[in-house]
Order: sequence, then structure tokens, then C-alpha cells
Amino acid sequence: MTQRNTLSHLDWLEAEAIHIMREVAGQCSNPVLLFSGGKDSICMLRLAEKAFRPGKFPFPLMHIDTGHNYKEVVAFRDKRAAELGERLIVRSVEDSMARGTVVLKHEGESRNKHQSVTLLEAIEEFGFDACIGGARRDEEKARAKERIFSFRDEFGQWDPKNQRPELWSLYNARSHKGENIRAFPISNWTEMDVWQYIEREGLELPNIYFAHKRPVVMRQGAIVPVNVPLVGGGVANPSRAGEEIIDLQVRFRTVGDISCTAPVESDADNVSKIVFETATTTITERGATRLDDQTSDASMEQRKKEGYF
Amino acid sequence: MTTHIEDHGLLRFLTCGSVDDGKSTLIGRLLFDTKTILADTLSAITKTSEKRGMGAVDLSLLTDGLQAEREQGITIDVAYRYFSTGTRKYIIADAPGHEQYTRNMVTAASTANLAIILIDARKGVLTQTRRHSKLASLVGIPHLIVAINKMDLADYSQETYERIKGEYLEFASKVGIEDIRFIPLSALNGDMIVDRGYNMNWYEGPTLLEMLEVAPAAHTEHDEPFRFPVQFVCRPQDSANPELHDYRGFMGRVETGSIKVGDAVTVLPSGRESTVKAVQLGGVDIGEAFCEQSITLLLADEIDTSRGDMIVKSSEVPAAVKQIEATVCWMAEAPMDRTRTYLIRHTTRDSKAKLAAIDHRLDVNTLEKVPAEKLAMNDIAQVTFKLAQPLFADTYLENRGTGAFIIIDESNNNTVGAGMIL
Repeated sequence: MTQRNTLSHLDWLEAEAIHIMREVAGQCSNPVLLFSGGKDSICMLRLAEKAFRPGKFPFPLMHIDTGHNYKEVVAFRDKRAAELGERLIVRSVEDSMARGTVVLKHEGESRNKHQSVTLLEAIEEFGFDACIGGARRDEEKARAKERIFSFRDEFGQWDPKNQRPELWSLYNARSHKGENIRAFPISNWTEMDVWQYIEREGLELPNIYFAHKRPVVMRQGAIVPVNVPLVGGGVANPSRAGEEIIDLQVRFRTVGDISCTAPVESDADNVSKIVFETATTTITERGATRLDDQTSDASMEQRKKEGYF
Repeated sequence: MTTHIEDHGLLRFLTCGSVDDGKSTLIGRLLFDTKTILADTLSAITKTSEKRGMGAVDLSLLTDGLQAEREQGITIDVAYRYFSTGTRKYIIADAPGHEQYTRNMVTAASTANLAIILIDARKGVLTQTRRHSKLASLVGIPHLIVAINKMDLADYSQETYERIKGEYLEFASKVGIEDIRFIPLSALNGDMIVDRGYNMNWYEGPTLLEMLEVAPAAHTEHDEPFRFPVQFVCRPQDSANPELHDYRGFMGRVETGSIKVGDAVTVLPSGRESTVKAVQLGGVDIGEAFCEQSITLLLADEIDTSRGDMIVKSSEVPAAVKQIEATVCWMAEAPMDRTRTYLIRHTTRDSKAKLAAIDHRLDVNTLEKVPAEKLAMNDIAQVTFKLAQPLFADTYLENRGTGAFIIIDESNNNTVGAGMIL
């Protein structure tokens, strides 16, 4: 038995992701690619380049901005979209709050889960029939059973009991008007794969992914960045009276809404050091850094049912 | 500085068995012993194990998935798990055993290159062992590992292991699976998974992980014809770059075979011929490409080509068929309606299809062919479809990529069946 030309694991994952993106472009009439400026979506843009260049992307980019994003990431998002010459749509949770479709329980409540509302509003506004996202199955237990093409009903709901069987690489992205497909080209990637791909492709990242000093406090065992300046002025996560603020050397493993993304202590100031740290870490990506998933063991699943990515 | 790790590619495998066989424990053990499980996850399952009054950490909890199934204590569908040994990346498809098992296993097997069949050492070859093996062979999995588990409950007896191996081989000769390996295991204690342990020194073969590390990961191990279903056509006419005015790139993934610049190709269904002018990835010339690579092909002649067409080498053109015989697994709650028209999706091409005949149904427990009038969920049957559009098909046995199709119900857009062309 002869060994055929076997692709390296990164080449295989890349080829699969390109195939999935092209299936979305080929099957759906009005898709959009969700781009946050985070590391996973930065990989998605490189994959889209590999899939569609020298043509333009057959979809715009869209970011659902909570208004509580790190300004370095927002700046990177705009710069990257401009470099690529692709259209970037930004829809804001704050606009949904102004419309009254998002009501915070209290001012300090995390806006992260409310992104679902703004996303569904944007899907309706533009008539998108598919959203391409950078979610990965290894991120969280509830994602392990997610399809690569995930079907959402008119209310954006994901019903884990009513998903289409997915066989071979034959994807079914058909939907009726108002329904929506979420497609996840890097479903089969792990955090390690993402970092190895970033390293191999020499992808640029927002600087907060690398070790830097920032003021933090400790809350319930998590490192919480405080007094984070916002794009629109003011600060997120104000420190509370009596808290000790320390200047800590940290980096972010995931980047999202400030209220629920915590950094980890690290000296890794370049990608290869991060690859090494990722290979030797003892804490899962979300366990360490996503405060929102810790609320309950099943909180991601709950949010997904409500239309979250 | 870049990190250089030897890369033996990616292996997709599935595990077949029910909870009773220790399947979840086996997967948990693989993840745990390859250091895939990190401290916080381990601490969470340790707490749950304690809450349930278990003495040791229950590794099967690692593969627990959704809230509903946690509440009901059942698993719903196929779950995918990942681990890496540094030299090879693995994707495990875990199809849990329950009443929808056939459908889930066929789904999980469709992307796998290897299957681990679990047998409880106390029970030996059971009906479900036969069923799992038959399904694995139907879906064309080339490599099987028969893992005789729970050896700790069978006194680690070599005699028991050899007896079960004998039973299995006797039955396997009737199913027609070629590459079968056997291994005795205790997933609970970790014997022969990653570490050898000290309980089965009589077994001299490789551990389970050693078997996985050397199993062929390639999509295919024999020469296959070049098949390139067109997914998308790139025509950047509006570009400011005059060189791109006439650019017409056919984008897709090489299902099988290989292609290089200068090869003579035929575009189906038009049948027009040309030669390959360029093979590209992301707009960059790469000269040649192999199976499973996503690429863009440029042809020397201007040929009208769109999604759903297939580019093949002119020397190996597949048959265009308007009627297919296939093995079908029905996956929907509603039985197949013989009077209705369904949609068949084959590569990037769709065709309306009508059932012409059900030749027979396969009883997956007895492996007997039985006459059938209808197809219900989890049924496997040999059927004949009439097609509105021709498909460019190979038999599934020859080519998993161009021999497979899914059946879609156009009224609700659901995927209701999976087919393998005979």
C-alpha cells in the first residue's frame, strides 16, 4: 500500500475551510462574514483571501460592536478591512439599546449576550441568508455537536434536536426566506491550530494578544482588566472602591466584550512564544478567559438557543 | 524563530459502541492520556464525579455534551473531539448508541478513515458488533481496529482475547473488511491505550495510540481519477488590473486524483476540452495539486463553466448517468414517499430524483436482505433513482467523493437521506 500525498494538518484544515467558504458563496445568495478583529476571525480573512483572490470576497464583512470593545481591536478591525479593500458593516448594540430592543438589567451588565439581538436585527436589515463565523468546536462542550452548517429558524434559534445530518463534505445550506444558515469554516480547528496558522501565515494581530502591562484587579480568582479606555470616551470595567489595582504583565487568549474577557499572565511577546505557551498551558481557553461562560455549565448552549453565535 | 514539528497530517476516526462498552471512557482516556484535558476541565468533572458518589474520576463525563442530554442522561447526535500528539492531529467522531444509532453512525463514518469497534470482553461479539462492522464497511472505512475492552473485568485473560478475536474473524470474512487489527484494552485503567500498563504483558502488539499514529491518514491509498467539481467561478472583471480582465478561475476542491499545468481536461456536462493553464491557491501559482486541496484552475480556452460542472482529465471521463442504483440510509422521521420528488445533491450538482424501485432492505442486525415497500428512519436499503439531470458519478467503492450523495426534501430543505452509488 503506497502512501499518497498527505497534506500536513494545517494544509488539510486550510483546504477544508476554503471549501466551506466557497460552498457558502456558491449556495447562498446573500452571505456575510462576521469579523471582530479577534484572532479566529483574522484567520478567517486569510482563508477568504486564499479562497477568492484575485477576486473580491463574495460577501461583506460585519462586526456586531458591543461598544465595549478594546480600542486596539476596533482600530485593527478597521485597518484590516481597509487593507483588504473589502466592505465592513458595523452594527452596534448601543443602537439596539437606543431602539429599546436591548434593555440592560443594570448599567454594568455585560453586553456580550445582547449581541444576539443586534445580530438578528442586522440579518433582517440586510436580508442575509448566511453568516460565516469563526466559532470552533473545541471552544466549548455545547459546540462539539454543532454542525459546520448550522440551521437557525426565523427567530435565529438553534435547536440542537433539529439539525440537518451532515455527511461527507456535502453541505446543505438551503433555507427559506427569513431563515438563516450559520457556517463555521474553522469548526475543526483547535486553539493550537489557530496559533500555528497565524505563525505559518505571518498574520498580524492586535497588540493586546501579546504580553503587555495593564492595570488589573483580582475578582473571584479571575484577572479583570479595569479602567479600560473606550473608543467613544469613558472607561469600561471601572475599579471598585477598596480593590487593589496591580500592574500585571498579561496577554489575551480571546478578545471580545471587555466586560467578559479576561487576560492571562504571560511573558509571551511574539507568536512562537504563544504557540509554546498554548502547547504547555493547563487551563482551557474559555475556562481561563471567558467570564460569561462560567455563569453556568450550560450557559453557552443557552445563548446559542437564543440566537448567539 | 518558528516552531518546527514533524507533521504526519490529520487522521479522522470514529468510535463505535454503546455506553456499556466503555466508549466514552475510551475517548476520555485518549484525551486524558494525551494531555488534551486541561486542569479546569478535569476539576469540573472531578467535582461532578464526587457529586454522583463515584470513587474515581469518571472520564466518560468528558464527552458529555448538551444540557438536554445531560438532564436526560442520553446523548443526541455525533460529537467531534480533538487531540494531537504533536506529530499528528486527530478528529474523533463520536456517535453515541441509541435508537437513532444507524443514522448517526453513518454520518460519523462518512468522514472517517478508520473505525474503532469496541467489544466488551465479558460479552464477546454481539449483534451490535456485527451491525457496527457492517455499517463501517458500507460507508467505506478502509481500516478497522477491534478493541476488546474491559479486560480488567475478564482477568486480563489472553484466552478470552484470543477467543473473541477468533469469533470476530470468522464473522468478518463474511462482511468483506480487509484491514482489521485487534487490541486488548482496559479503558478504565488505561492499559494499552497510550501506556502499556503491567497487566497484559502477553500482548506484544502496538498500543492503541501507536496504531493510530501509523494508520494511513491519506484520503485514499490507490490511484484515483482526477475529479474536480466546480464550486464557484471567479471573474474579477471590475478590477483595475488589466491582467485580470480575462481572468476566469474555476474554484473547487480536488475530490480525488491530481492535476498539473498542461494536463488535458474535459468540462462536463458540455464535454468541451482544453488544457490546464494554471493551478492557483489564493491567486498564487502552485503548478500542481492533489486530492483534498482547495484550488483554482485556469484553462487555456474560454469555456462556459459554472457551479455544478465537473472538470476531469480527458483520459478518465466518468459516465453521465440518469439512473442510479445506490445504498441509501434514510434519516428523516417521515418515511420516504415513493410518489414524491426529492433533490439529490452529488458533489456540487443537484438533480431532482424519483424513487424507481426498492430492491431490498438490509436488516442491520441479521445482515440479511429483506423485501421492503417503504423506507423509514434508520433503514438501509438498496434502491434505484431516476434523475432529471445527469450526474457524473463513480461508484462509491471506487471513489468516496464522487460516489456519495445526500437526499434533500425540498418542502422543508432538510437532509433526509444519504446515498452511496453502486
